[in-house]
Amino acid sequence: MGIDKELNIKDHLKLFREEEFKELFRDKASKYESKIPEDEINKIKEWHKSREYHELNWSREALVINPIKACQPLGAYLAAIGFEKTLVYSHGSQGCNAYFRTHLARHFKEPFPACSDAMTEDAAVFGGYNNMYEGLENAYTLYKPEMIAVNTTCMAEVIGDDLNAFIKNAKDKGHIPQDLPVPYAHTPSFVGSHIVGYDNMMHGILSQMSTPSGEKKDRINIIVGFDTYIGDYREIKRILDLFGVDYILLSDPSDILDSPANGEYKMYYGGTKLEDLKDAANSKATILLQKYTTKKTQELLKEWGQDVRVVNPIGIKGTDELMMAISGLTGKPVPEQLEIERGRAVDAITDSYYWIYGKQFAFQGDPDLAYGLSRYLMELGGEPVHVMCTNGTKDWVEDMEKLKEEFPQGKEMNVYMGKDMWHLRTLLIQEFVPFLIGTSYHKYVERDLNDLGFPLKLIRIGYPIHDRHHLHRFSIIGYQGAIQLLTWIVNSIFDYIDNDTKGMATTDYSYDIIR
Amino acid sequence: MPLNLVSKEEAEKVVQDILSAYPKKAQKDRAKHMNVVDESFPKDTKCVQTSNVKSRPGVMSVRGCAYAGSKGVVWGPVKDMIHISHGPVGCGYYSWAGRRNYYIGHTGVNTFGTMDFTSDFQERDVVFGGDKKLTQIIEEIEKLFPLNKGITIQSECPIGLIGDDIEAVARQASKKINKPVVPVRCEGFRGVSQSLGHHIANDTIRDWVFENKHVDTNSFAQEIEDSPYNIAIIGDYNIGGDAWTSRKILEDMGLSVIAQWSGDGTLSELVNTKKVKLNVLHCYRSMNYISRYMEEAFGIPWIEYNFFGPTQIFASMRKIASLFDDKIKEKTEYLISEVYGPRLQRIIDKYKPRIQGKKIALYVGGLRPRHIVTAFEDLGAEVIALGYEFAHADDYERTTHYVDNATIVVDDATEHELEKILKELKPDLFGSGIKEKYQAQKMGIPFRQMHSWDYSGPYHGVEGFEIFARDVDMAVNGYVWKELTPPWKRV
Repeated sequence: MGIDKELNIKDHLKLFREEEFKELFRDKASKYESKIPEDEINKIKEWHKSREYHELNWSREALVINPIKACQPLGAYLAAIGFEKTLVYSHGSQGCNAYFRTHLARHFKEPFPACSDAMTEDAAVFGGYNNMYEGLENAYTLYKPEMIAVNTTCMAEVIGDDLNAFIKNAKDKGHIPQDLPVPYAHTPSFVGSHIVGYDNMMHGILSQMSTPSGEKKDRINIIVGFDTYIGDYREIKRILDLFGVDYILLSDPSDILDSPANGEYKMYYGGTKLEDLKDAANSKATILLQKYTTKKTQELLKEWGQDVRVVNPIGIKGTDELMMAISGLTGKPVPEQLEIERGRAVDAITDSYYWIYGKQFAFQGDPDLAYGLSRYLMELGGEPVHVMCTNGTKDWVEDMEKLKEEFPQGKEMNVYMGKDMWHLRTLLIQEFVPFLIGTSYHKYVERDLNDLGFPLKLIRIGYPIHDRHHLHRFSIIGYQGAIQLLTWIVNSIFDYIDNDTKGMATTDYSYDIIR
Repeated sequence: MPLNLVSKEEAEKVVQDILSAYPKKAQKDRAKHMNVVDESFPKDTKCVQTSNVKSRPGVMSVRGCAYAGSKGVVWGPVKDMIHISHGPVGCGYYSWAGRRNYYIGHTGVNTFGTMDFTSDFQERDVVFGGDKKLTQIIEEIEKLFPLNKGITIQSECPIGLIGDDIEAVARQASKKINKPVVPVRCEGFRGVSQSLGHHIANDTIRDWVFENKHVDTNSFAQEIEDSPYNIAIIGDYNIGGDAWTSRKILEDMGLSVIAQWSGDGTLSELVNTKKVKLNVLHCYRSMNYISRYMEEAFGIPWIEYNFFGPTQIFASMRKIASLFDDKIKEKTEYLISEVYGPRLQRIIDKYKPRIQGKKIALYVGGLRPRHIVTAFEDLGAEVIALGYEFAHADDYERTTHYVDNATIVVDDATEHELEKILKELKPDLFGSGIKEKYQAQKMGIPFRQMHSWDYSGPYHGVEGFEIFARDVDMAVNGYVWKELTPPWKRV
């Protein structure tokens, strides 16, 4: 901007590189900070590169450093907000609510309305029922929801509050109408992670809002899981529409978490219709697009007598499984349009896989994404060498072991559960691979490895992505999603190659204009 | 002269509209938290503005918790100590690197600010207690991060509920590692907001840094030269580099800033602060406690200052200089008239015509809503509504000194209240937090995050005002705000 140029205003991106500030930093460090001398710092950095440090780090038993997992309520929030006119409500301390809303808003760049009933010390002594009575009444009066989905945070769980009784009493005492649906889930943060919270809330809402009438309708339920790509919700609906299938998408936050800027703020936008939710038990089948995020929910669906299929529609094989699941359940053939799209995705892979073939990757994130992406990377000829889930579980590890056998490069794959980002950091130093797929937090690993002399490149796929814009809008499932993922991955490889070859008169013979 | 962009009657009507939507009990309570303040308002608002009390359940308050106030605000930025988020995984994860407390250091080696250390409580820890685990965690930290200067234990809700004795763990551990290990009882259910967390954190600095409970911290302090000009910056968390631009002004004046609390701060600086001649306090709300303590214990005077915008910067510089000798006073006058003054006048000349007459609404923490008022006025804009998440009576009292036009002042606002204010008063800019940002933008109201400077900054000091003016202009004059209504719907 002209106005800016004339005044030469510098913000933190450039300001503190000015000599006067560098001088100020030197002065502060040398006179006041009791700073560790540089050579001692460098010694520690060398030690960080050693096998010894890695082994010491991996022998940790109690300390967790930079975990790539959130706690249960965060997942419960995402599950609940995808229902029509549903108010997310947290029973516990109010700070938790502020944290969940903040974290989710930073990812989606959208408002994430949710209430807390703000329990304080007195509730620890007497129980949180008064908070719940008044909280439900206030929330209902002010925000006029048609459903309130209640989850818990630590405090309520530790003191053992009984949600079922509290909600019933709130209705009996007239704080909220008897017929207001208030499904709930206990979501203790000291059990599992956000994906378990998603499962618990989904299970709570489905089990309390829907009961089988005995009749089975020729209709499929879809549960997407803890999926933070808004495009995925739209993609699965588009695919089902192309099939001409009658379906209910159970939790569809694609409108509320991607609402238009048009001068008006609405707290509720779209979502799964409550009428559909109530009838969901009568669908003949449910397809779930994530496995480890929906364990308890799957049990419920089986109890409902539904045909339950779990697929992971990332990449070609994964999407093929989705196609065959839909086709198998409905008897409808895969639409020509989708077959053409499959062909396009395969075509795109034939264009690009030469650049991915043999390239080595590490991944850290949620288990369903880990599984789908590892398989897709292998379809592309890549080698997922380190696949790590802080919130991975034994059944996930078993599935990953089986996946290894499906591809020749599978034998190179190492699978780790329960490990955090500091584990990943020293692992990558010891067994370096150039590409890391992860979250915004992983930029610290990229920086650290680069600082220690390892040219690591981060590709952002997963949750959260707080430092890049709009990636969450795309779809990563289906054949279209496969093309999207391929685009991110192959172009990141090109960025890496360009950066590595741009040396003028040294390596820039390979700095090609054609690739 | 107030611009009076909103009349007192208009403002009072908004307050009435807000209240009418509440159930009776909440309505009665919320009425006490809202006032329309202008120059005729009593300067002692202690009796009329209710604050620092429990939020009503279910109203969608913006507030956080004591843990956020201690780990997230006061202790977290002390860069060469390791802060354990003690309890389940979430609190540490959500607050991980989320506040842009800038610092210089080799993260993971001698500084640890953008890392998340957690005890990741599992069910068994809640059932059997986490003290043994905590002891082991401290041992593991010592092995893996030997250059740390000390450890704090930031308690999350379950710790206080299950009866863990983190004080005993801290006592034993600090003797073993011969470094301060500070137990902080900042469980999220304590108090009513972040504010008690600030206080609790201040008290633990008093006990474990100054009063040497367990370990003598003096050995952690660098030896410094005694000087009549030694001062400390208190209550600046260096968001986007705020403390650095503030430090520059104070050093330009001829003073020596020997400690920053706590942005880019170190244990050495904390310990040395007892040797300063003056504490200058920016965020009164979060660090007045330790300032008062140092005054009592070491006889160190403290004064509040405000480095937002030229009017306040210059007034604060003079106020600080008045406590020193003529050399400092002369240097200060020279800086104002010859260096900073002309430099900032260029900014005002450029930006004031673009910002003149704009209506501003602010809803932030415990300090900024009042502190920034004059900076907006320097640019020709007027604050028409302001509110605090966690202010106390003394903050509201101070607020009246900044406000002379009809301004809605709201304490612990709810989502409903903010929405009404935005809808009815249609400010040209809303400055608040990330939870409020996208709602305002959907309504077509330009927005700046006023906790994090919307990832820009610094906003403190001379360079800070330049960036602030640029950002306000960028927000209120952005082209996209004209495009919210499609041409076929325009009247």
